[in-house]
Amino acid sequence: MELREGLLYSRSHEWVKEEGDEVLIGLTDYAQSELGDLVFVNLPEEGDEVATGESFADVESVKAVSDVYSPVTGVVSAVNEELLDAPESINEAPYDAWFVRVKDISDREELLTAAEYEAFVESEKDA
Amino acid sequence: MLVFEKSRPGRGCPALPPCDVETVSLPAGDRRGKELHLPALSEVEISRHYTELARKTHGVNDGFYPLGSCTMKYNPRVNEAVASLPGFTEIHPLQGEDTVQGCMEVLHLAEKYLCEITGMDRMTFQPAAGAHGEFTGLLLIKAYHESRKDGKRTKILVPDSAHGTNPASAAMAGYSVVTIPSNAEGCVDIGKLREAAGDDVAGLMLTNPNTVGLFDKNILEITDIVHKCGGLCYYDGANLNAVMGTVRPGDMGFDVVHLNLHKTFSTPHGGGGPGSGPVGCRELLTDFLPSVLVTGEDCCRFERPSRSIGEMKSFYGNFLVVVRALTYILTLGREGIREASQNAVLNANYMRCALKDLYTMAYDETCMHEFVMSLADLKKGTGISAMDIAKGLLDNGIHPPTMYFPLIVEEALMVEPTETESKETLDDAIQVFRSLYELAKTDPEKLHEAPVTTPVTRLDEVEAARHPVLTYDFGAEGEA
Repeated sequence: MELREGLLYSRSHEWVKEEGDEVLIGLTDYAQSELGDLVFVNLPEEGDEVATGESFADVESVKAVSDVYSPVTGVVSAVNEELLDAPESINEAPYDAWFVRVKDISDREELLTAAEYEAFVESEKDA
Repeated sequence: MLVFEKSRPGRGCPALPPCDVETVSLPAGDRRGKELHLPALSEVEISRHYTELARKTHGVNDGFYPLGSCTMKYNPRVNEAVASLPGFTEIHPLQGEDTVQGCMEVLHLAEKYLCEITGMDRMTFQPAAGAHGEFTGLLLIKAYHESRKDGKRTKILVPDSAHGTNPASAAMAGYSVVTIPSNAEGCVDIGKLREAAGDDVAGLMLTNPNTVGLFDKNILEITDIVHKCGGLCYYDGANLNAVMGTVRPGDMGFDVVHLNLHKTFSTPHGGGGPGSGPVGCRELLTDFLPSVLVTGEDCCRFERPSRSIGEMKSFYGNFLVVVRALTYILTLGREGIREASQNAVLNANYMRCALKDLYTMAYDETCMHEFVMSLADLKKGTGISAMDIAKGLLDNGIHPPTMYFPLIVEEALMVEPTETESKETLDDAIQVFRSLYELAKTDPEKLHEAPVTTPVTRLDEVEAARHPVLTYDFGAEGEA
């Protein structure tokens, strides 16, 4: 499992990258490897509101469709539309394949560091 | 080889007699510029073509088909015989009521018996399949709340073990979906349900037994919580085969249900459809049902409910499917219906108990009509996944169980034997499952290569999903 230092991680397997007042959100390497080859991505639109713990996008693999949850509450300021045509980039480079940029953040869930997230994934595997 | 590739110009079947009236052509400007792409084959070529296609498939007539939550039971031939009677086939939907009393009686009787089985008051046969039924049921719920000027109810509660069609139907009906997590026993987490229940909840959608094959013992409490907050309860009939004749959704507290006649009531399923997803409801919703309903004792007549949501499909739904289902119900009778469910549950538990020393059961307790295994440990130890075992089953003439569903179980295989399989068939299948497990331990590479006996081996599903080719290129000849 690849991790990237400097990013924050949610317990529902999203990564968060802070850039000033805004954040980028994507899926972790662990999440993409569990989902398998992704074939379709559904993204929100610019200006949509996202809320902590609520689904803002979904990804489809040959196995199943899965929700992607927002670790923050705010407004979508940009969407990575390249993912729509190339969902495989989430499998290939999960930490570069950001889904959305979120601004006006009013709430965020308690996020984990890379080391904490690694321990969390290990504990989930054993459960 | 496609039928188009076998086609040769000028070939055909002398099926039509020579035209004995004057022919008329469309004006030149209204005619097609190109010839139609119709294959030209002789009768024997067509016959062989379809026989060859049939040989490449696997149906219930070919072997065991334990596709979980799909209830691939055997469909008795008598259903087909009855549905082929000219009185049912040589009719027109616009015929006068007095000329189709027999057909109307079929709808009337089928409604009566299915309402008895489900504990509902009325039923529409318009929906053409399960998800269509779900959508219909949700529109009934919506119409109910709107009739009460209760506009704040925007949410539908759906457990995380639900069929994917449940949240999809709710979204299509304009609702937002709130997912209710399952507890460690695979059933609805009552605490989380209470938290979610409020005056913004339009209803709950639930399958019981649920998709892990367990009967939710808290069902009365669950439906009560939803009713107390002003919501209605929707029963997804996908798993009715486990309980028919024993417990009724209406008695569990449900207000509206859909049935899958093509699962539970032995009508053709899958590509062999068409399906039928009738929706039954309690009296508080009957005014909203789609038209047309059949009423009357001595003489049947059609009626349109006073505040109907409108048509969900043309006319009476897939009528001949209802004929088959009614035949099935009448063949089994009251006791037979219950026995069918009891045997479905018995068969599932027989297989589960014969496999649980090797395969990890997701929930190690008495199941209903299906059970779910998790192959996560096997995959960790041998690299053999649920997919590999499924492919190995194909080489043994068995259709794989449902894979990777429900989503709450890792590396899931969901097995539903149905009541129509004999002990010998189940024993054979158990042996196959056990020998595949051994193979996973001793020679996993061989299982990675499976299937080797099927017309095609492993297909590139990822490529097919990412870059589907959905057209046939007729090439230069087609452009001529």
